[in-house]
Amino acid sequence: MNAMTQSGLSTATPALQIEDLRKSFGKAEIMRGVNLSIGAGERHAVIGPNGAGKSTLFNLITGRFPPTSGTVRLHGHDLAGLAPFQINRMGLSRSFQITNIFPKMSVFENVRCSLLWAQGYRYSFWNMVNRSRALTHAAEEILEQINLTNRRDLPAGVLSYAEQRALEIGITIAGGANVIMLDEPTAGMSHSETDYIMDLIRRVTENKTLVMVEHDMGVVFGLADRISVLVYGEIIATGTPEEVRANPKVQEAYLGAVLEADH
Amino acid sequence: MTDTTLHSSQPRLITLGGALPWLIGSLFLLVMPQVFTSNSAITIMNQMAITIVFALSYNMLLGQGGMLSFGHAVYMGMGGFMCVHFMNYIEDYSLPIPLPVLPIFGGLFGMGVAMIIGSFSTRKAGTIFAMISLGVGELIAACSVIIVAFFGGEEGVSGDRTMGPPVFGIEFLHQIEVYYLTAFWLVLSALLMYLFSRTPVGRMANAVRDNPERAEFLGYSSRWVRFFSFVAAGFFAGIAGGLFAINYEIVTEENLNLVQSGSILLITFLGGVGFFFGPILGAIVFTLLQSVLSLQTEIWQLYLGLLFVATVMFFPGGLAGVIMMHTLPFRLGKARLLLRPYVKTLLPALIGLLGTAGGMEILYHLRHAALGENEMSLYWISFDSHSVLPIAICLLTAAGGFWLAKRNAPELADAWHEANTPNGGVA
Amino acid sequence: MELILVNLIDGLVTGLLLFMLSAGLTLIFSMMGVLNFAHASFYMLGAYFAYQISLFLGFWMGLLIAPVIVGLLGALVERYGLRRVHQYGHVPELIFTFGLALLIEELVQFIWGKDQMPYTVPEILQFSAFSIAGNAIPAYKVFMIFISVGIFIGLLFVLTRTRVGMVIQAALSYPRTVEALGHNVPLVFMGVFGVGTALAGVAGVIAGPVLSTFPGMAVVLGSIVFVTIVIGGLGSLSGALVASLLIGWITTFAKAYTLRMEDFLSWIGFHKPVDMSESLLRDVWTLTSPQVADILPYLLMVLILVFRPYGLFGKRDA
Repeated sequence: MNAMTQSGLSTATPALQIEDLRKSFGKAEIMRGVNLSIGAGERHAVIGPNGAGKSTLFNLITGRFPPTSGTVRLHGHDLAGLAPFQINRMGLSRSFQITNIFPKMSVFENVRCSLLWAQGYRYSFWNMVNRSRALTHAAEEILEQINLTNRRDLPAGVLSYAEQRALEIGITIAGGANVIMLDEPTAGMSHSETDYIMDLIRRVTENKTLVMVEHDMGVVFGLADRISVLVYGEIIATGTPEEVRANPKVQEAYLGAVLEADH
Repeated sequence: MTDTTLHSSQPRLITLGGALPWLIGSLFLLVMPQVFTSNSAITIMNQMAITIVFALSYNMLLGQGGMLSFGHAVYMGMGGFMCVHFMNYIEDYSLPIPLPVLPIFGGLFGMGVAMIIGSFSTRKAGTIFAMISLGVGELIAACSVIIVAFFGGEEGVSGDRTMGPPVFGIEFLHQIEVYYLTAFWLVLSALLMYLFSRTPVGRMANAVRDNPERAEFLGYSSRWVRFFSFVAAGFFAGIAGGLFAINYEIVTEENLNLVQSGSILLITFLGGVGFFFGPILGAIVFTLLQSVLSLQTEIWQLYLGLLFVATVMFFPGGLAGVIMMHTLPFRLGKARLLLRPYVKTLLPALIGLLGTAGGMEILYHLRHAALGENEMSLYWISFDSHSVLPIAICLLTAAGGFWLAKRNAPELADAWHEANTPNGGVA
Repeated sequence: MELILVNLIDGLVTGLLLFMLSAGLTLIFSMMGVLNFAHASFYMLGAYFAYQISLFLGFWMGLLIAPVIVGLLGALVERYGLRRVHQYGHVPELIFTFGLALLIEELVQFIWGKDQMPYTVPEILQFSAFSIAGNAIPAYKVFMIFISVGIFIGLLFVLTRTRVGMVIQAALSYPRTVEALGHNVPLVFMGVFGVGTALAGVAGVIAGPVLSTFPGMAVVLGSIVFVTIVIGGLGSLSGALVASLLIGWITTFAKAYTLRMEDFLSWIGFHKPVDMSESLLRDVWTLTSPQVADILPYLLMVLILVFRPYGLFGKRDA
């Protein structure tokens, strides 16, 4: 239903627009001209076999690596040459496939740090973080959302895997970015944990643009409004879950096998 | 006492629990010279206070920001040189600048130098940062011998602190007056450094230390965060340098060379980089060890080296880390359980260490004493270092002590485990 | 012209000596990601051990045995020290090797005292090999060049022609991959650390007689070696070679030819102030190249880091 309301907006500036994006490492061309347009408020999943370049695509969009050629636009602004922190300030936030948190800091500190820039604290050295009730409150609200309130003061490094994944998502959404990119949020999780994370993602990305890489087809079809299939650095199909499911190219290349295995 | 409107909108600025350590610390600083009144004691306390400021500033880099510097003495030395020059300007031109404000100039100069160096050295943390700090440190130490106008060459620059306008009738002729000046700056700088660690940029320094890449995806440039920490550390190192200049009235190349930078790393690490009070402990213990051991033995630096390497290998949290390991047993009310095993293990270990040290002292005397000088004294006993009995006693004591400690170690390990387990936690 | 040749030879000797240290350091860094701060301390141990052995068995046995002992010590340090600290991360590793450097210096003073050791060039090499325009080139210098070049050829052979060498080389370029292939066994670590420190030991043995054997010799050379590998690019062997020779020649030439800053400043159009005592920049005007020879490497390093952060040949950061 979300897709319906959002598809009407597709004539407006897309949240994320990628044109002919290419990346080579040495002679190997990993990204071979990707074109993708993701509307504001859309929940978009990128799927594809291992080694298709999904994580590389994320790294190119978020400024972790510079692309060899092609453009990425966030709300119409060209991201060429911008560093990750600059892109983040423009309202794009991402999570990582391998849990990427601040292990020695407390769970609460993790979340609070991810709020600082967005709350306008910048590099200030004249005000105390623990004096701002608004900041503390916001951090506690995020903890509540990701169900980690009772882990508040533990070092993040000692949390269970699923809890660390939840914290990773919490850090990603805390800054209030309106484009959220999640790289395999449910990787390595049990069924119940996956359900919990899926529910969490649905809640925290309400009214936001979501781009995610995911292997679990249950999550993909449960969450995504539209799906893109990336195979060997090219997008072979984009569309609603039904369209993608029915696409013979996708069936052939990838999805059929997975679907059979899944069901 | 508390402003109610403030209370309702924000957490209180000052809580009793938060202010208590600072009050106790300040009181302690006030009372100390009444307890230890001798001049040498006050000299040691002055040195301690200066070292504390320097070590805290160093820990802004190493502990808070994860930057290992081999050249932090540069900023202290630069601040010191600037201050001693200021003292001379005051003397030469009769400037109405009172002595107590001088450290601020040292701080500002240290900060300025840190801004220049930091502009390229904070690009990366880790090994690259360490190497640049080493190179810059060596470069400036070498320059200090060449550029005589500012650094005064081999003999350094000296000044006279008593030439400024008196402050409330105090001319800083006496050590004790300098002590209170130093103590004031110590409390002020320590408080400011502590507060810095609570600011957004101070918190982000921790984040960048732990995971610089993730911090970048939260909107912060790791490089800028490091730069701010670096500049702040340079400021407080400069203040320490200013205090040094006031205290000793001379600053030389030795204040900014690699040896000085190395010892502050050692002091900070021994104290513990993980906690704010670690460097304070380190500075106090190190200064005491230095003043006591260097009178007793010629090879105290060897002991210090051994202690340092052992700390890095077995207690990377330093002294503060070891102390804080005990908070859980205390909170569980089980610290009592540790007392007996500690005595049973650590006492023999201590005796073993004393035996080993005795053996090393005798060996050193054997090898390096002047020919024919066979008599040495150790642990208040005089004996012939060339006879077999003393060294045999030392070796036997060492072996016996360590054997006993090793025998009782499992008991300690069990007690430690028990003390850290909540009641009913394990069936 | 002849003087240039003499200085070229002198610079070559210094450069090769530096390379013997920086090569080992680079190997260790590339394999293990740890910069061995105590590297120059092993060089010092090499000199002291060789001196001690030479008292009983002569110089040549010292040259043979001392590096082996140093290498074994290095391997032990890796096995029982570094490997333990490794779990805490790279910064503690660096702090550990720093502590080790302090400790070794103190131990050397404990055993041999603070004075310089009478460790000298063996009699058989105490003649001048040839002379260039009246400048005698001592045979020992020629010997040093031969020894170092010989060792590099050996090292090159091991690196390019043997299996172990292949693994090490692969580790230089693709550390992660090699690790993933299961090659990064602790034994290789220990071996590389041992060999690296043994190389430093050899350098110590042959440098001890000419650069004098005293407790401060590690500090004197230590920082320069770090500067060398930073200039060359961390982890690059060829970079280390180029930087070593560069530094060897720069310092030698700066000392041999007195270039005056005054001339240079006048040449670019500055006027010397009449009253020098009042000028803050008076020391800049009176600088001469021999005076600054020893800080040129540091200056070079800072410049390199500002304009080429990865060094001359470096590709990756720490």
